[in-house]
Amino acid sequence: QGTRDHPPAHTALRDRLLAAVVACFKRHGAVAIDTPVLELRETLMGKYGEEAKLIYELQDQGGELLALRYDLTVPFARYLAMNKITNMKRYHIAKVYRRDNPATTRGRYREFYQCDFDIAGQFDPLIPDAECLKILHEILSDLQLGDFLIKVNDRRILNGIFAVCGIPESKFITTCCTVDKLDKVPWEEVRSEMVGEKGLSPEAADHIGEYVQLHGGLELIERLLQDPKLSQNKLAKEGLGDMKLLFEYLTLFGITGKISFDLSLARGLDYYTGVIFEAVLLQQENDHVEEPVSVGSVAGGGRYDGLVGMFDPKGRKVPCVGVSIGIERIFSILEHRMKASGEKVRTTETEVLVATPHKHLLAARLKLISELWGAGIKAEMLYKKDPKLLKQLQYCEDTGIPLAAIVGEQELTDGVVKLRDVATRVEVRM
Amino acid sequence: LLSPQGTRDYSPKQMAIRERVFNAIISCFKRHGAEVIDTPVFELKETLTGKYGEDSKLIYDLKDQGGELLSLRYDLTVPFARYLAMNKITNIKRYHIAKVYRRDNPAMTRGRYREFYQCDFDIAGQFDPMIPDAECLKIVHEILSDLQLGDFLIKVNDRRILDGMFAVCGVPDSKFRTICSSVDKLDKVWAGALGCTCCCWSGGEALSLWAAVNMCQENWLDYDGLVGMFDPKGRKVPCVGVSIGIERIFSILEQRVEASEEKIRTTETQVLVASAQKKLLEERLKLIAELWDAGIKAEVLYKKNPKLLNQLQYCEDTGIPLVAIVGEQELKDGVVKLRVVATREEVNVRRESLVEEIRIRTSR
Repeated sequence: QGTRDHPPAHTALRDRLLAAVVACFKRHGAVAIDTPVLELRETLMGKYGEEAKLIYELQDQGGELLALRYDLTVPFARYLAMNKITNMKRYHIAKVYRRDNPATTRGRYREFYQCDFDIAGQFDPLIPDAECLKILHEILSDLQLGDFLIKVNDRRILNGIFAVCGIPESKFITTCCTVDKLDKVPWEEVRSEMVGEKGLSPEAADHIGEYVQLHGGLELIERLLQDPKLSQNKLAKEGLGDMKLLFEYLTLFGITGKISFDLSLARGLDYYTGVIFEAVLLQQENDHVEEPVSVGSVAGGGRYDGLVGMFDPKGRKVPCVGVSIGIERIFSILEHRMKASGEKVRTTETEVLVATPHKHLLAARLKLISELWGAGIKAEMLYKKDPKLLKQLQYCEDTGIPLAAIVGEQELTDGVVKLRDVATRVEVRM
Repeated sequence: LLSPQGTRDYSPKQMAIRERVFNAIISCFKRHGAEVIDTPVFELKETLTGKYGEDSKLIYDLKDQGGELLSLRYDLTVPFARYLAMNKITNIKRYHIAKVYRRDNPAMTRGRYREFYQCDFDIAGQFDPMIPDAECLKIVHEILSDLQLGDFLIKVNDRRILDGMFAVCGVPDSKFRTICSSVDKLDKVWAGALGCTCCCWSGGEALSLWAAVNMCQENWLDYDGLVGMFDPKGRKVPCVGVSIGIERIFSILEQRVEASEEKIRTTETQVLVASAQKKLLEERLKLIAELWDAGIKAEVLYKKNPKLLNQLQYCEDTGIPLVAIVGEQELKDGVVKLRVVATREEVNVRRESLVEEIRIRTSR
């Protein structure tokens, strides 16, 4: 349930997507690692907060207690700690496993690919964070998904806002979760959840509302830095100062056109400690389906300085920042698009079909195709001793093979091959 | 602080080697027009039940968390058979490279893991005899040649010949399988090898590499009947395929790299954007953004004022061939100093021509 096989049409498209993502990661000098799908249960415990109940556990079969990895970030932190690595820029593309209720039309499967890029290490502030955002921008642009927006915020700014609005520290996390819903539901609903469920005073909720509905760029940051209340809060000041520096770097990278400092962005996971970000597509895919395919965010990430320290026996910290691309959601969108446009994805890369129009020419075909393979040409032939030419040409049309190399008796005698362009039917003897 | 027994992480160096191996193998499969399918890491427990005989106890089960009972896949063959039956496919040429899971007693020093890669190539369908079988062997030959593992030999046999031999020697039908197993050990090959095996000879010592080319015939229940087991009408789909011992190949290449002290790059970065003077971070970031936007693979140190020596050292350590140095004078003159790390040669390149110059120099 919630998993699917990937037939050739899917894997062909998926591999194209992944290749584009890998090319970007490599362009930025990241190394690759891989980790097992299985982790010790204790490795995953205590890292995901409320989401822990969505972890797939393995049966106790009389050995270590195991679980399937839930993301690629915790394995990365474990890898760094185990190998005592203090700096690394790595990418990891692999499947992760979550026991969500699968609503497969909305692209949230139980087994799905994630493409993660992370920079671990103590560096001059915000430069690696800016590069993560640059990478996210490049990938979303390269994949031509249409218009997108990258929202940025900072855990410290949010916590500063809550403090300044009189929220007790013990309620920061739960308030955060509620604020996070602002991207899906209107402020009124969020406000009533705060007051009704989370026990905040109406005044406090209103006060929060004055801040969290704001979004903008450098001017907003400057304005908030001048805010009489926020500027008194140490955390908020820190966060705003870093946000300003981040925006300066993003300006140098030329990407601020698609970046929005959005105070309602909260992000679910517990382990973020500073900058957080999320990318959303702005177009809705309404192609001939009754329900518009709105697949939510397509990527997210942030800074998590405390995670590696949780694995190190001495608690040594390795600051990290990273981004995770939800390739499955992007894949769904592209799939829909292709269906609507009727574009056919080739499932093979075959360049030429070796064909014979007459009987008893199997040996000639085998010899010719062997020569082509030996030269690195992608070639196929039908597994039939005496196939009809029409069938062979039909096979080319069905599978998108652009050329047919035809040898008949005359051609063999003359030492030539007839090369046929399948689309135009033009034939050349060579 | 550990990972589960019998599993391992792949370091960047190992990934670089792995990528080489995958590229060679996958480009061969693609050259032969194979498609790729992918199946989930877990299967319904019932799908795997009754398919592996004694080995069933080695299957990893997922905890019953109030849904379907699931297990981790044990190989790629059963999922393939299920896929064919589910989708009523009667012919396909496909490859599948993925990890499988077995609760073996891990002997990691001998390369026996609990999570390991399998690489399967299969041609399913009713065709004129032996043509697909021959193509399988051609593929094996191409892959072993491309990987340059040394001299190799592909041994071929036929189950029917073996069975015929046993019959003629008076072995009762019921003992065919077990005698086959014993004969098989003649080569210290993976028990259960069917048909033919591939051996790699290296310096006289037979490194028994991999598993077999499965020659499936109508009367062979093990493989051919597998699809029939999933299909409600019990239809059979003849299959021939090869399973490549990719983990073994990784080991061999890893050892080889170690022995030769070859320096394997773990990145493909073409140029480091650097500065010798202070306060030039902004200029470095601007320049690197231009390079990235033009598709150049570039890096920059995450330091506001790094020392030139450290930047050059970084290039040497990671194998980056070029450095693009921004300096105040160069900025005024509209040029960038391009330095070749290996030769230390430096040349001033006009900013507009930098991308092209980098492309030319790195394509050689």
